[in-house]
Amino acid sequence: MQPFELVRPKSLTEAHTAFLADEESQYLAGGMSLIPTMKLGLVAPSRVIDLSLIPGLSAISRTGDAIEIGAMARHCDVARSPIVSQYLSGVGLLAGGIGDRQVRNRGTIGGSVANNDPAACYPSAILGLNATIKTNLRQIPASEFFLGLFETALQHGEMLTGFRFDIPKGSHYEKFHQKASRFALVGVFVSVTNDLTWRVAVTGASSQVFRVGEYERVLDAGGGPRDFPGEFTSPAMSSDIHGSADYRKHLVSVISSRAVGQLMQSMAQQH
Amino acid sequence: MSEKICVSMRVNGEPICRDVSHEMLLAEFIRNELRLTGLHVGCDTSQCGACTILMDGDAVKSCTIFAPLADGTSITTIEGVAETPAGRAVVTAFHECHGLQCGFCTPGFVLSVVELVTKTSSIDETEARQAVEGNICRCTGYHNIVRAIMQAQSELAGA
Repeated sequence: MQPFELVRPKSLTEAHTAFLADEESQYLAGGMSLIPTMKLGLVAPSRVIDLSLIPGLSAISRTGDAIEIGAMARHCDVARSPIVSQYLSGVGLLAGGIGDRQVRNRGTIGGSVANNDPAACYPSAILGLNATIKTNLRQIPASEFFLGLFETALQHGEMLTGFRFDIPKGSHYEKFHQKASRFALVGVFVSVTNDLTWRVAVTGASSQVFRVGEYERVLDAGGGPRDFPGEFTSPAMSSDIHGSADYRKHLVSVISSRAVGQLMQSMAQQH
Repeated sequence: MSEKICVSMRVNGEPICRDVSHEMLLAEFIRNELRLTGLHVGCDTSQCGACTILMDGDAVKSCTIFAPLADGTSITTIEGVAETPAGRAVVTAFHECHGLQCGFCTPGFVLSVVELVTKTSSIDETEARQAVEGNICRCTGYHNIVRAIMQAQSELAGA
């Protein structure tokens, strides 16, 4: 690995200043994507800024009708959180299914969302729950955050600090694993608000997370998975050794139906 | 910038203080600096789990952590695992159930399973298989490893 300078700031301001002081800076959260990428030489920062010593970035809390999750909350923290399991059960399921136990003990929600891997699970929850993304500089709505393959609205030196989720009536996540990597070949996050507005967000199928408007309209009108149209508009489906574009498109329909069906069933059991 | 960073940690109970290069990986530090070579590096891509250690009680892959980030933590490697009742139960169960063949993956498996049986209770065989998905064994077919997990679990529950 190419040598670099490791900096361990203790505040957001210190971290931001450290970032701007070097042209090839890189923030480090849990490192579960960054460190393997650095080993491969795909990124070679001259300065790595570890965010783990900044206090207050990993809290999970409820304020009124919203849940806040700090950017440095690890997947295991989110998966085990009683607040998440009560109010954002889809997010808890999602976090508990990322990578493996060792990876969940290090990887963070902020790192995953900032990286915006096209097969990562978390972006679908952020978009599927219409979360607000908080940074050291501003707040960004989910609809404006994910711009493309590994590309986000984050500016040079901007860092994620946390996420705010309005508590939905229900949420669920279904993932079809790519068998070797455990990433999502297709993952679907569904949520429904108290006024019965649905969101269906898909990861893994395309170069970036997207919503399936056709399905959402059917659900908003009181329909179910059986009423989903055969066709839907989306960005171009990915096609690779793990699955053709047609296969992924088929999976989007199957996994979306499964996710919605599961959520409807669990909500019916609650009442 | 200084070329080295001073790190202090406890490794298997013993206080350690060393100067390390900024980019040194924790696995390299434990094997090459501390000479605790029970830690194995298999894939070096955080897939195989052979380098699993406990860091403040969490099972983590030491090939994917920079050594300076272990500053202030308490680390357990295979060399120190038998110091706790859970560690002893897991090591004994792997021995009695023959939960290994070549042994390369075993230190990582043992530490991963120590975390598992410490933090969870009454898992069944299917859950045990899922719980060790972060560790790869190319010899056993996992059957005896799963038996060892079940034995360690009931041993600890009965204790």
